Amino acid sequence: MAERITMQVSRYRPEIESDAQFQEYEVPCPKDWVVLDGLNYVKDQLDGTLSYRWSCRMGVCGSCGMMVNGEPKLTCATFLADYAPGPVKVEPLRNFPVVRDLIVEIGDFMRKLVAVKPWIVRKEEKPVSQGEYLQTPDELDEYKQYSMCINCMLCYSACPIYGLDPNFIGPAAIALAQRYNLDSRDEGAAERLEVLSQHEGIWGCTFVGECTEVCPKHVDPAGAIQRYKLTATMDWAKSFILPKAGSGKREAGSDA
Amino acid sequence: MIARKRERPIEPLLWMLFSAGGMASALLFPALVFLFGLAFPLGWLPPTHYEHLRALVLHPLTRLVLFGVCMLSLFHWAHRFKYTLYDGLQVQHLNELINAFCYGGAIVGTMVAGYVLATL
Amino acid sequence: MTHQPIYRDYHPRWLRPRMSTYWWLGKWPYVKFILRELSSIFVAWFVVYLLVMVYMVSRGESSYRDFLNLSANPVMLTVNVIAFFFITFHALTWFAVAPQAIVAHIGKKKVPAILIAAAHYGAWVVVSALIFWLLLR
Repeated sequence: MAERITMQVSRYRPEIESDAQFQEYEVPCPKDWVVLDGLNYVKDQLDGTLSYRWSCRMGVCGSCGMMVNGEPKLTCATFLADYAPGPVKVEPLRNFPVVRDLIVEIGDFMRKLVAVKPWIVRKEEKPVSQGEYLQTPDELDEYKQYSMCINCMLCYSACPIYGLDPNFIGPAAIALAQRYNLDSRDEGAAERLEVLSQHEGIWGCTFVGECTEVCPKHVDPAGAIQRYKLTATMDWAKSFILPKAGSGKREAGSDA
Repeated sequence: MIARKRERPIEPLLWMLFSAGGMASALLFPALVFLFGLAFPLGWLPPTHYEHLRALVLHPLTRLVLFGVCMLSLFHWAHRFKYTLYDGLQVQHLNELINAFCYGGAIVGTMVAGYVLATL
Repeated sequence: MTHQPIYRDYHPRWLRPRMSTYWWLGKWPYVKFILRELSSIFVAWFVVYLLVMVYMVSRGESSYRDFLNLSANPVMLTVNVIAFFFITFHALTWFAVAPQAIVAHIGKKKVPAILIAAAHYGAWVVVSALIFWLLLR
């Protein structure tokens, strides 16, 4: 009763070939199947040699990002039936080196993530006996959107700047830096500024905006980057008037 | 890439000029190009009466505003066009030439604008 | 005395496809982006046009007539029609992204994005109205 759909899946086996090629598989297409279900069907029933990453299958782990018909998508959140009658082209995430089949090398992103210090940085930690750091709902609201990032790297695939220059630190890393810069408990904005203010930091971004369009968690990394450009510029301008002022933390407001 | 180069303090300035230029040109140019580029030549609207326009143009405030808008718009072009060449044509290896052409052009243009407006 | 062989860890070759020079034709959003960036050329053009106009106005009434005739020249007109579209496109895309880039606070509360947008479009209307009033009365 379910239709069938053809999946054209990119294969790359470095031990036998020097370039990627497509292999076609016909899979069932019930209306509740996602692309990941199709891939799992291929691996279980048709071709066990297919290699790909996936984990939670519900859009929170960020493992299953791939190009589906040329668009970066979470394959666990993309319905096969939407592409009927097909074929559906599945390729590894663009702008990353391909290790095998649909698996990409993500070491570059991991190093950049660490470089922006995505943790609460404080000069002095409060001792446990003094209780928790308190935060109002408004203070949470400041950074909550940026905390939704699941490190799926769809934004890196959508970003042409990253594709052209892999040194560019990239959308997710900056959004995550902002998540901590804007957190009221954090005091590390100045440390992150060192990394972010380089040419391949925020200044490489030309606000294409595609990163925000493809983000499955509505993090809006493009917005985070532009806001940070404004913050960094205000800080730089203030440093001429008050040399010690500015930490890259607070944003321009009509009421400081 | 981690802390490889010290912060380049010129970037915030260039971005600020780009931003201000983008805002100034976005606010002022559409109406101006509509009038002087389309409506007056095509006869949709009567061109500004000469004496009135001359008085307007020679007014020091007008000249100051025009200088500001021209300078900022030129730097807006310089910054944006530089990145278009980098990203569109992937000619980053020519970046010294591109920087000289773009920002140098903006500086020269600003000086020309300043001279023209000061000596009207 | 045989020397020890050097063993390398097995590291399969990664595939690194190169980005095409025509990457920007791949998706409509990329095309829109490049068009937006190219609008800066017409912004620079209009700076030149403005300065020419101001100069010719200052040189006398017949010089102003010459400028108006120049602006009616078919080639000039074509350039300016294109410039008008690109400059307006620049303004529209600029104001559209302003709320994303500018997050202002009053006290601890965020100013809603719609107000930032309204402020920008409002300023555009006010400035344009001022220009029309100054030049058409």
